Amino acid sequence: MKIDITGLSVEYIMRRSGDKLIALKEVGFSIATGKFVCVIGPSGCGKSTLLKVLAGLQSPSAGEVLLDAAPVQGPGKNRAMVFQSAALLPWRTVLRNVTYGLELQGVSIQEAEKIAGDFIDMAGLSGFEESYPREISGGMQQRVNLARALVTRPDLLLMDEPFSNLDPQLRNVMQLEVERIWEQTRQTTLFVTHLINEAIFLADEIIVLTARPGRIKEIVPINFPRPRKLGIKKTPEFHVLEDRLSELMDQEFHEVVYQQSQDDRP
Amino acid sequence: MNSSLSRYEKLLVFGTTIIFLTIWELLSSLKIVDPFFISSPSRIITSAQWLFAHGLWNDIRVSLEEFLWGMALAILFGVILGWALGWYRTLSVVVEPFITMMNAAPRVALLPLFILWLGIGIESKIAAVFMGAFFPIVFTVMKGVRTIDKGLFDLARSFGANDVQVFTTLAIPSSVPYIMTGLHIAVGRGLVGVVIGELLAAQAGIGFMMSRASSSFQTDKVFVGLVLLTGFGYVLTEVLKMIDKYFESWRI
Repeated sequence: MKIDITGLSVEYIMRRSGDKLIALKEVGFSIATGKFVCVIGPSGCGKSTLLKVLAGLQSPSAGEVLLDAAPVQGPGKNRAMVFQSAALLPWRTVLRNVTYGLELQGVSIQEAEKIAGDFIDMAGLSGFEESYPREISGGMQQRVNLARALVTRPDLLLMDEPFSNLDPQLRNVMQLEVERIWEQTRQTTLFVTHLINEAIFLADEIIVLTARPGRIKEIVPINFPRPRKLGIKKTPEFHVLEDRLSELMDQEFHEVVYQQSQDDRP
Repeated sequence: MNSSLSRYEKLLVFGTTIIFLTIWELLSSLKIVDPFFISSPSRIITSAQWLFAHGLWNDIRVSLEEFLWGMALAILFGVILGWALGWYRTLSVVVEPFITMMNAAPRVALLPLFILWLGIGIESKIAAVFMGAFFPIVFTVMKGVRTIDKGLFDLARSFGANDVQVFTTLAIPSSVPYIMTGLHIAVGRGLVGVVIGELLAAQAGIGFMMSRASSSFQTDKVFVGLVLLTGFGYVLTEVLKMIDKYFESWRI
């Protein structure tokens, strides 16, 4: 799915203070079909807001968001989101959590369970179909989260810091898994993270957002051949990219600190 | 709770119960305290045997019938209204003050009205149980619907779920643990409803039997009623705990 965003701004009115909060300001970029794009930026820069706009959960205050040349109008079957918290229904088994999205989209339960089978294998969940979320580890829960999105065969996969609650080792494993799965599906993917090395490992392109209000700071292409192995994280090329992106992020981090000091001023 | 007690603790509970009953029995049979006031375990058993041979089963049946009908209606209407109030904000703005007031009113004071409207048969007692059990269920279910996890809500919306789907796949299941909380409170209040209703005006029932026994100074019979009601309350609580355990993991 081709994404074209021009002049996108999102503003919230803070409920308590009534102040206006500008999450995104005049953001514009395009993503070609079948690309894996990571979005990084300091916390509070509107990364998640960007995903929500694309998912149709948040409407823009200004600007145009086109998916295959059609403007976004609410959520749709062609998109699926992987959430930061696993957001599993505790009363459903793994299998029925995976089929949840399909069921909401009107697929019968029998049909949904049949389709889900392949994706349960793909996400490494075989043998856990009848387990409940409480019975499986955090890593497994994220696999369910991922499988639930994949099973709807979206043209655009939106991933919102899906591994931020996992420990570093598990994170590496899941990055590898996502890369492997993406090799098979080749869905256009937008992956939000605040970890630079995660972004470099996964992405074809990295969009760096500025501190609030989020604007595009830079778009960095990543050209490691695929399939990628964790070994690339130790190569000099990887380190060069890491340094460059850290520097970009550091500039923005200083900006955040400055903003906060301004906010704190009496 | 009991399942978590160690063998030693179980023995301790059993032991103290025996000691309690023995002291009670001795106080009474040695006339340290007049058995007219405190009865005694052995007198209660004798009295119970006599009562079971003389129509106590019917009293139990009537009380049970009143309680179960009242609870069933309270659950049915309480859950439905709770769902509706939790879901429709406008409805709750209009209706909630009435319900809060009704809940705050001493419901026992309504009993004379129920008896005027419904007579002294089981209907007025069903109403008494209903009034006790209905409100805690409404309030907890309403709260349950309102506290749907924001993440799950976004999840459902992201898959294009409509309101009906959000309601059936999220609101109803996530209200289940809250329904259980409501039931715990409701059972206690429902029992109070039965007893007070029967004490006030009835033709049969455990409370009615107790009230008759009391007015003819038959302490032992009053105690039989008390033991029955306590036992019934205990069994119900244990059953609810078992159901709780099943739904425990439904909490988010």
